[in-house]
Amino acid sequence: MDGLAQFEVDEGADGGATLALSGPYLISTIGGVDEDLRGLDREFSKVDLSEVSEIDTVGAWVACSLATEHNAEIVGASDRAQRLMKALEGSHEGEAVSAPRAQLLQRVPEAIGEKVYNGRRGFMGVLGFLGALLVAAGNVIRHPSRFRSLALVRQMELVGVSALPIVGLMSFLIGVVIAQQGAVQLAQFGAETLTVNLVGRITLRELGVLMTAIMVAGRSGSAFAAQLGTMKLTEEVDAMRTIGISPMEALVIPRILAAIIMMPLLGFYACATAIIGGAVIGDVMLGIPFWTFLFRIQEVVPTYDLWVGLIKAPVFGLIVSLAGCYHGMKVENDSEQVGLRTTMAVVTGIFAVIVLDAFFAVFFTKVGWA
Amino acid sequence: MADDLPPPERHERFRGEYPIVVEGLVNKFGEQTIHDQLDLKVKRGEILGVVGGSGTGKSVLMRSIIGLQIPSAGEIKVFGRSITEAEPDEVLGVRDRWGVLFQGGALFSTLTVGENVEVPLNQFYPEISEHLRHEIARYKVVLSGLPENAVSKYPSELSGGMKKRAGLARALALDPELLFLDEPTAGLDPIGAAAFDRLTLELKETLGLTVFLITHDLDTLHEICDRVAVLADKKVIAVDTVPNLMELDHPWIQEYFNGPRGRAALTAQALDELRQHMDRPIAAHAVKALDKADAAKDKAK
Repeated sequence: MDGLAQFEVDEGADGGATLALSGPYLISTIGGVDEDLRGLDREFSKVDLSEVSEIDTVGAWVACSLATEHNAEIVGASDRAQRLMKALEGSHEGEAVSAPRAQLLQRVPEAIGEKVYNGRRGFMGVLGFLGALLVAAGNVIRHPSRFRSLALVRQMELVGVSALPIVGLMSFLIGVVIAQQGAVQLAQFGAETLTVNLVGRITLRELGVLMTAIMVAGRSGSAFAAQLGTMKLTEEVDAMRTIGISPMEALVIPRILAAIIMMPLLGFYACATAIIGGAVIGDVMLGIPFWTFLFRIQEVVPTYDLWVGLIKAPVFGLIVSLAGCYHGMKVENDSEQVGLRTTMAVVTGIFAVIVLDAFFAVFFTKVGWA
Repeated sequence: MADDLPPPERHERFRGEYPIVVEGLVNKFGEQTIHDQLDLKVKRGEILGVVGGSGTGKSVLMRSIIGLQIPSAGEIKVFGRSITEAEPDEVLGVRDRWGVLFQGGALFSTLTVGENVEVPLNQFYPEISEHLRHEIARYKVVLSGLPENAVSKYPSELSGGMKKRAGLARALALDPELLFLDEPTAGLDPIGAAAFDRLTLELKETLGLTVFLITHDLDTLHEICDRVAVLADKKVIAVDTVPNLMELDHPWIQEYFNGPRGRAALTAQALDELRQHMDRPIAAHAVKALDKADAAKDKAK
């Protein structure tokens, strides 16, 4: 009995019925009676609150809306109930709680249109950013004292040195997998010894640098976007501008330069560890001694394979860091954007790297470095 | 589980004298001690202002009380239940009885204001029908002094003052008995700040709230706080009404209340009170004299 909100309709003597509410009318108890009260199809002219033991704003709201709906009058309200009901005056129904949502038929074309429009604007944005970057680079070249070597070294450490363990482990495993899988296939022709050619050429030409670029996009491209985005939100970038420091020179150039310098180094290191991974498998599974594997590499891999990889590396570094910095500087308004832009930086960075890699492959074949 | 609690416990209002009791609280961050043996009791139905210089741990005290910061030592009881020793599930029985307004409003940015208010309702009372839930969200938003069309807006579309009001609406969603406000008037213009003070006082009176209010705003202290707790030297050094505090002989308290800003706030309040008694000749005379003095000061500048 006690502890539950209840109600009852009494037929009064003078024709008007009374809805008598009893028990606690609180947010914790209202769920049980609200539906029943709303579904009430009896007419009454009074709502009696004198038996209500406790009431909060929710109870007062329900009583009020019942009274308005049935054109009834509220009687027996305690001081507290009266105070609450008075405070609730002025609220109406009508305003939707959630933001309006368009029809599916409208939403889909709208989303597509927005994508196309944003795509065009994004392209212009990247071009503009590239232009601003070139201007800033020109300024730095004309005034070398403005160049921030400390920031560059710091970024080089973050992009390159601290990536060594993960890039090393990844490339080593890739070397292992290529050698092992390649050997299984080549054994069908009795050509296991060609595993050396396979590992050496594919890592130096393609995989070493490509996988490193993907790793750098995930590690550093995302970090650039998140750092710069947060700095924009906290108005640090604006503060720099007012002091007269160009954010392009102070923030973007050191990061992009660091990625351009470190990518070839990381790529070379990745190729070396991948070949070592292949050599280990050669020693363990194929019976090619470790050192023999490494000497064979020298014989079967043409030097230009190394150049193919190393020429691509700085370009990939530029693309990945450019994507990170561009999206970071585009963050506006709220913290949700930081996450969104970071994701976009990584996705566009990796995508652009893979597309460019295809172009490079065609190009190098055409110039005879096949 | 919260659901297994006997039903009467879920809606019984707290009838004891002190809804918040803090005893021997110690908070340390590494080597740095923020609170050392801090004691504080908050009376039911009062607005308790908490003041202190920057870095004295006002926000840390609030975070300790609401269970976001686990203290190094000491005991905190809210509604007679220990927050420090409670199992997480047991704290649930307290969480639906307090509302917290964080400094920046801390609204969920992906939800509209109305949906923000509905979050605690959904969490604690999923049995409430959708229709009633929308109604509750709507009247809480209006109760917090926002226009009704703010319900469907996203937090990024609101001004700073409106965000605070929206945060207040969410804090009030469950009809709490206890309300924590962290610098509610910081960053508001004087008119907005005064309106927020009035709103706090009105809500406290209509809803029977106990309010724990962290503030730097001297006007807020004079206008609406029943008592003020002063944090200094890692402790609460005094809890009393503003006039009584001003009598105390502590250097920080003297500097705070009797500094230029403190005196200005006091004069403003005295003038306000005098204006309410203009029918008495002496009051009218005093107001006139003070206004003249102000005008003369302005001229001198």
